[in-house]
Amino acid sequence: MMAPADSPGEGRVLLGAKVIVLTSGKGGVGKTTSAAAFAAGLALRGHRTVVVDFDVGLRNLDLIMGCERRVVFDFINVINGDAKLNQALIKDKRSDNLYIFPTSQTRDKDALKRDGVERVLDELKESFDYIVCDSPAGIEHGAITALYFADAAVIVTNPEVSSVRDSDRIIGILASKSRRAEHNLEPVAIHLLLTRYSPQRVTKGEMLTVEDVNEILSIPLLGVIPESESVLRASNTGTPIVFDAESPAGSAYLDAVARFLGEEREMRFLKPERRSFFRGLFNRA
Amino acid sequence: MAGNLVQGAVFTLMVVRAGLLRDSAFARDLAEQIGRSPRFFLNAPVVLDLRDMTGFTAADEFVEARDILRQHTLTLVGVQNALPAQVEAAAAAGLASFAPNSTQPRRPPPSEPVPDVVPVARAAAGKTRLVTQPVRSGTQIYAQGGDLVVTAPVSAGAEIMADGNIHVYGVLRGRALAGARGDAEARIFCSRLDAELISIAGRYLVADQLPPEQRGGAVQIALIDDRLTITRN
Repeated sequence: MMAPADSPGEGRVLLGAKVIVLTSGKGGVGKTTSAAAFAAGLALRGHRTVVVDFDVGLRNLDLIMGCERRVVFDFINVINGDAKLNQALIKDKRSDNLYIFPTSQTRDKDALKRDGVERVLDELKESFDYIVCDSPAGIEHGAITALYFADAAVIVTNPEVSSVRDSDRIIGILASKSRRAEHNLEPVAIHLLLTRYSPQRVTKGEMLTVEDVNEILSIPLLGVIPESESVLRASNTGTPIVFDAESPAGSAYLDAVARFLGEEREMRFLKPERRSFFRGLFNRA
Repeated sequence: MAGNLVQGAVFTLMVVRAGLLRDSAFARDLAEQIGRSPRFFLNAPVVLDLRDMTGFTAADEFVEARDILRQHTLTLVGVQNALPAQVEAAAAAGLASFAPNSTQPRRPPPSEPVPDVVPVARAAAGKTRLVTQPVRSGTQIYAQGGDLVVTAPVSAGAEIMADGNIHVYGVLRGRALAGARGDAEARIFCSRLDAELISIAGRYLVADQLPPEQRGGAVQIALIDDRLTITRN
């Protein structure tokens, strides 16, 4: 069934969704970390997945994925026809289903030509189940190009007001400037991923609650990722956090991936961790 | 209140200066403006302004004016600033005579003739625009010539405008500007007021000026004695 042009892209699982963009408007909210974790989570579930770095000139995805020493050719080389796709794709060492498509550090966002990007994405669609796009911050050319071809979007938001407002802005852009909006196709399926959530700080009133964010953005919640040192450690060692399934953040990302694939999972990590009396004593010492 | 007096309706009408009707530059500019928003101008009612015009004492001249405007998809409904003889001739051609507009804007120089769009009367009677999706930050929505009804929240950083009234069945967190073309009778209704700015006919209040006790309430906002007045619904 063809949806009317102004119907919500919210709260649906879009069948056959292949291109997933992680975007936020605001910088520093955890887009790249989440893109790496989300792509790795999809791969762990048996889906052939590639994660594409759209942040031309500020290349970080390769670091987070721990493949920075293996980059030879990049996204821009492929767009310009200087390299073939399989020369630029880097296979992850931990999962056979996971590939990384790094971007150029020496170029800028203008190198992302829309027809070139479309051609590369079409080629990727032939060999992958999911194409996860890591968007740059902002609402300029780079971010617009990253979201333009999306079938589904994961809005990465921190529980604070400026991040929520910027997310709201980017949701509006998805609903008006994406390819699906411009061509009156079924709208982009939009999901919320709340990252760096600290239940302790929420309890103290220093952060917005899940309900606060939900009330403003009113899009379905894919997951809540607790603030955790293990995320920082994972980034610095170039290991997507889902490979550390013991960590709360890792399992929260895996839950989010499961929900994205249509499974029901209870939300976890919303309440402050109960500390045992003895652990409290140790921490004080 | 107007509603108590008579069964009436008030409309926004376009005013065209009679002297420009045979001006080819004017015809071109008018066609261009109509081309930009053909639906807005389709069958739009027009009043012919006879200020400083000597002719127009025969009904035929009004019939001719009507035909010229018809070619631009406009419908001539009446005249204003007419002399008694002109009123009589207009009536013979089936046209109403409108009272001169008290808020006559400064005339444009003849070198750049554009049709004046003057709100002759208040609350706009155009089609109501209905928005059912959340109005996200950075989005602008303008209901030209009519009311705007939003059945979803309006986010902070969004801007909604209407020539007529604005109704928001949801939280109003952004900016809302009713009576955008000067209609002082326009009102804003919302089921939860948390706006950054509210304005009617150019009078405005920013968030800091909103009475704290009205925040979060279902309210209506009207311009009374030239002051924005907020009352609980």
